[in-house]
Amino acid sequence: MTNELQFRDPALARSLAATLARLVDEIGRPVAVMHVCGSHEQAIARFGLRSLFPKALDVIMGPGCPVCVTDVPEVDEGVVLARQGVRIVTFGDMLRVPGTVQSLADAQASGANIEVIYSPRQAIEIARETDEEVVLFATGFETTAVATAAVILDNPPKNFSVLSAHKYIPPVMEIVAEMPGSRVEGFLAAGHAAAITGSAVFEPFVERHQVPVVVAGFEPMDILAGLVELLELIRNKTPRVANMFPRCVSAEGNIPAQKQLWRVFKPVGGKWRGIAHVPNGNLRLRDEFAHVDARKRFTIDLPSLWDYAPPALAGQCICGDIMAGIRNPRDCRLFNRECVPENPVGACMVSNEGTCKIWHLYGGVPDLEATA
Amino acid sequence: MCLGVPGRVISIHDYTAVVDFWGVRKDVRLDIVDEPVVPGDYILNHVGFAIRRIAPESVAETLELYEMLLRENAGGEDDLMALDVRGEIAGAS
Repeated sequence: MTNELQFRDPALARSLAATLARLVDEIGRPVAVMHVCGSHEQAIARFGLRSLFPKALDVIMGPGCPVCVTDVPEVDEGVVLARQGVRIVTFGDMLRVPGTVQSLADAQASGANIEVIYSPRQAIEIARETDEEVVLFATGFETTAVATAAVILDNPPKNFSVLSAHKYIPPVMEIVAEMPGSRVEGFLAAGHAAAITGSAVFEPFVERHQVPVVVAGFEPMDILAGLVELLELIRNKTPRVANMFPRCVSAEGNIPAQKQLWRVFKPVGGKWRGIAHVPNGNLRLRDEFAHVDARKRFTIDLPSLWDYAPPALAGQCICGDIMAGIRNPRDCRLFNRECVPENPVGACMVSNEGTCKIWHLYGGVPDLEATA
Repeated sequence: MCLGVPGRVISIHDYTAVVDFWGVRKDVRLDIVDEPVVPGDYILNHVGFAIRRIAPESVAETLELYEMLLRENAGGEDDLMALDVRGEIAGAS
């Protein structure tokens, strides 16, 4: 597809790009910043924004794709439940994410009952129409976890339960900031997740790590303006939280949603695929909701899967390094060769929010001069 | 999946609003919206739930991105952002 550079205000886009170039010049060294949102990467790639960035500015997509960081054993739990005869409902992006032996799509092909939904509410509707056990395999960051919390609090049918693979973004930013050799000097936070948590949730992070965090929206101009603010904070050595998306995000966030989120979920430590163990990074159901917790309701016989060796190619996948910002898809020998959306090796090529799939479809760093 | 989609509230019954998304009317739950909503307001829908009331002065600016994405085949069939927006509309029932 073409990289259309149709901006609402092309003059403003050029002016913001010129400001970015000036700021990087003033900083006087290469600068790397990270965003943590698949929708940001989609917008950057779709609108060809990297062609406007100065060469010395590296805008990296971090672990901003919830499906991509869903760990192999979590996929395995869904696969095992499905093979045990439980009806699994989940978001479409999850189907082809590789597990140890099978993906959900593989399990489906061998007869398991797996359905795609767009909303946790559809999972409830499916459960209401059957006597079978229905498990919502729930993925997504806090933005989506609040919806899962809402259906759990709304008196769901007795045959409904939740296998939570929900993840919480702020803790993984700590992990990235503390990675040895991390070049990341500032973070662009995702607007719609921050609509729930509020921009103030990042204050302790900034205090601890002395790197700025800028909340930005999804319009090309929102992203450029967010990057300008971020580079100004880096240049001025004044790390703080800046909210550049006030039309959607407040400092305190969505309080009713937070109340429901934390009433239902507790943050626990767990491994994120390819990244690391992330303290408080996984959202699990509180004991009070054990009756809707698939992990409590069913015996999930994971070791039954683990007598198999993982597929050979998976060992060469560098999804983890890509999400940590150490390498990009072009550094992967599988990218666009053995690993394509139709036959993905790593999770980043599966999800519409995965860096590899976004780069595959839109291209990563368009060379506009070459295509002009 | 993190990109919510804005729509205009037509009517409200208990915690459910009928919301118009570019001519498509869907039910959206109001359990977790940040502030009270009345018919005529715009909300941001994510997976079938309103997560934010959009201030009237921000509506036009908010809609612009989506209108460009939803313009027929603006980015071709592989336009992931447009797919996400359509998926969000499908998330309301």
